[in-house]
Amino acid sequence: MTADTLAASGSGRRGVNYARLLRTALPAISLAIILIGIAYLNPRAISYFGFNLMLNLAIPITLATIAQMFVITINELDLSIGNFVGFVGCVTATWLHDAPLIGISVLVLSVVIYAALGALIHIRNLPSIVVTLGMSFVWQGLAILILPKPGGAAPDWLQSFMGFQPPYVPFPILAAIVIALVMHFGLMRSSYGAVLRGAGGNGQAINRAGWSLLKTKIVMFGLAGVFGVISGMALIGITTSGDANIGNGYTLLSIAGVILGGGEFVGGRVSPIGAVIGSLTLALAASPLLTFMHVPPDWDVGANGIILIVVLAARALTGRKAD
Amino acid sequence: MPVAAKNIIELDGVERHFGAVRALDGVNFAVRRGECIGLVGHNGAGKSTLMHILAGTGIADRGSVTVNGELQATYSVQRAQRLGIRCVFQELSLCPNLSVAENTRISHVSLRGIGWAKRAASLITKRLDEIFPGHGIEAGDIIGDLPIGKRQMVEVARAFTLTDDPLQLVILDEPTSSLDAHAAGQLLSFVRRSVAEGMSCILISHLLGEILDTSDRIVVMRDGKVVADGASSQFDRERLIETMGGAEARDATAAIAETPVSENAPVMVSARPAVQQGGTELLAREGEIVGLAGLAGHGQTRLLIDVFRASTRRQAGVSVAAPVALVAGDRQTDGVFPLWSIADNIGIRSLKGLRRGLFIAAEREKELAHSWQKRIGIRTPDMDNNILSLSGGNQQKALFARALGSDARIVLMDDPMRGVDVATKLEVYDLIRAEARAGRTFLWYTTETEELSNCDRVYVFRNGRIVAALDRSELTEERVIQSSFEEAAP
Repeated sequence: MTADTLAASGSGRRGVNYARLLRTALPAISLAIILIGIAYLNPRAISYFGFNLMLNLAIPITLATIAQMFVITINELDLSIGNFVGFVGCVTATWLHDAPLIGISVLVLSVVIYAALGALIHIRNLPSIVVTLGMSFVWQGLAILILPKPGGAAPDWLQSFMGFQPPYVPFPILAAIVIALVMHFGLMRSSYGAVLRGAGGNGQAINRAGWSLLKTKIVMFGLAGVFGVISGMALIGITTSGDANIGNGYTLLSIAGVILGGGEFVGGRVSPIGAVIGSLTLALAASPLLTFMHVPPDWDVGANGIILIVVLAARALTGRKAD
Repeated sequence: MPVAAKNIIELDGVERHFGAVRALDGVNFAVRRGECIGLVGHNGAGKSTLMHILAGTGIADRGSVTVNGELQATYSVQRAQRLGIRCVFQELSLCPNLSVAENTRISHVSLRGIGWAKRAASLITKRLDEIFPGHGIEAGDIIGDLPIGKRQMVEVARAFTLTDDPLQLVILDEPTSSLDAHAAGQLLSFVRRSVAEGMSCILISHLLGEILDTSDRIVVMRDGKVVADGASSQFDRERLIETMGGAEARDATAAIAETPVSENAPVMVSARPAVQQGGTELLAREGEIVGLAGLAGHGQTRLLIDVFRASTRRQAGVSVAAPVALVAGDRQTDGVFPLWSIADNIGIRSLKGLRRGLFIAAEREKELAHSWQKRIGIRTPDMDNNILSLSGGNQQKALFARALGSDARIVLMDDPMRGVDVATKLEVYDLIRAEARAGRTFLWYTTETEELSNCDRVYVFRNGRIVAALDRSELTEERVIQSSFEEAAP
């Protein structure tokens, strides 16, 4: 073959890459648009304290989004993550505060249950939506048993950790960067990460190459459990007390964050950096932007949904261009 | 290797059952060091099952597997890999969401730790360069973005990459089904070189020419048994077809001399590729079979899609005079609806005609499916079975039935015979010719030069342009290959 053919195929590839670049940049672009909107409406919000306030609740949302991302990577969906975060919150505000040993063992056990759910879903070939929907009631019920009415207290070390104020960079932004980088190297660049993502792309191929699909499901659901636990703890560290319903909105927020960040429901295509940016976008669009726009709180959820639709529509458009 | 046993792998009396079906019925099979075995047989003869057992992805119900002279009590994929036995499956086993390098890592446990990505990239790039010089694939490319031919190159090259484990035997199942003649030639000559260096290969192909030219020994399977086993020199095309059974022994290349379609027949399709310079355009008259040839991925599929689009909306440079249907070649991606029955899969292109009021008339859909089951010979007990219950060749027949059963007067075919056995092919060729005589127009892109002999006229593509138009009388394999490398025609 001649250089000519190479050039032809090369130019074809460049076209694809351009479209993919646009897709990859879309989460960042939507975040920038939201930030510009906020800066225009209220320039003082763009400051150290402003970000600290606005992104106050972004860390737990980001962590829950990462948990969801693990599950979506292997073509499953976790509808229980919000209630699980609430359950972890209740454990953190009660047992972890009063009897740390019990608290820790309960949290470890809950991660084991998550991993076991992954095994169950794989072995019995069950739809994860059904299993996790069922589990969401289990987690919520347990949370209400532990903490029938809002209360409890966060462990002091957790409060002071979440209240950490690093110089120059607001803590939520620093945390988001750390989470994004750790996840990127862990899932996108590590050698086992390739196997885990491959399990979502073509499970049979992974199986034929001699890897255990069961193990990938256990690992991914286990990781989702771990990040669910960290998310719940971070949430309590910020709010300082617990409530069984505290994480209810997180299920949909986490799914939206993954999709907003360029992930897809099937095919193992996810982006940890995108997911982190997606969750920040949602956290900012959720209340600060709307408050500055003087949108009445009654319209919060609806406005949120519209933002989501606009961004996803933009993604669908760039996706079509890639064809 | 301490002891160089004569046979790399030996199967003795292997049986495998799926329900009542005996996929393998007492097979004895051995692969010697440094030989290339051609494995032939119709779809369903048991080749794939045999291959799965060799690769460790399937377990024998009865019989023994011996590798390097050691009896294998528990044989698995991991064990096969450790012993240096690899397999390239017909349905590609790559993860579309991963890059070429990451897919290489999937098949090598030892590619880990710092710098694994670089090592994987150089490993696969080196092999690709060696097997398919000028392949134009980069290690960072995502598999899903590559056309099917390049994906197949990656899959094949990956099987030949070497890390800690030895490499003794590579099983290639239809490795050239999506490769053009040029790349297929590159692969087969690489196979010969590897075999000369002491490796062994099993080559499964429906292209008997490939088998006869490349292998040292040919094994013929029929109904789950080995029915013939001998040096390639003992076989020729007729003898192979005869031994495989089923199809009447007939030369697939023999085109039936037909009266050419009159110059005055109405033009059904005229199309100029988007990047074409000058006035060359593709013309297809009523009742003609027009071939699209050239190296894979040089704009043939693109043109078919443009023609397809032109049937529903304006498309620059393309005009179409009648309804169009497309027969996809990439069955899994573009063809079948995997969750639907065979009948539903056939009826989908004809829903307008199957309607009663707002609803689909179930009995009319059934009727359509049954009449095509008879005409095209889809082998199934029940057309309401899931489409995936059919073998690959029969799935493809269902896709043909979908197009031919519709109101389309123009049928586009995107290399539809990938991995289809000879008997099915011959049946479909006859059907296409009969349909063409009845006034249908066919545009047929194929990577198999033999098939072009069914065409009235062939357009050769290069870099998205038509570089040659050959009439049936001028058509030879050399002309097509030569034109494939020519620059744009004046």
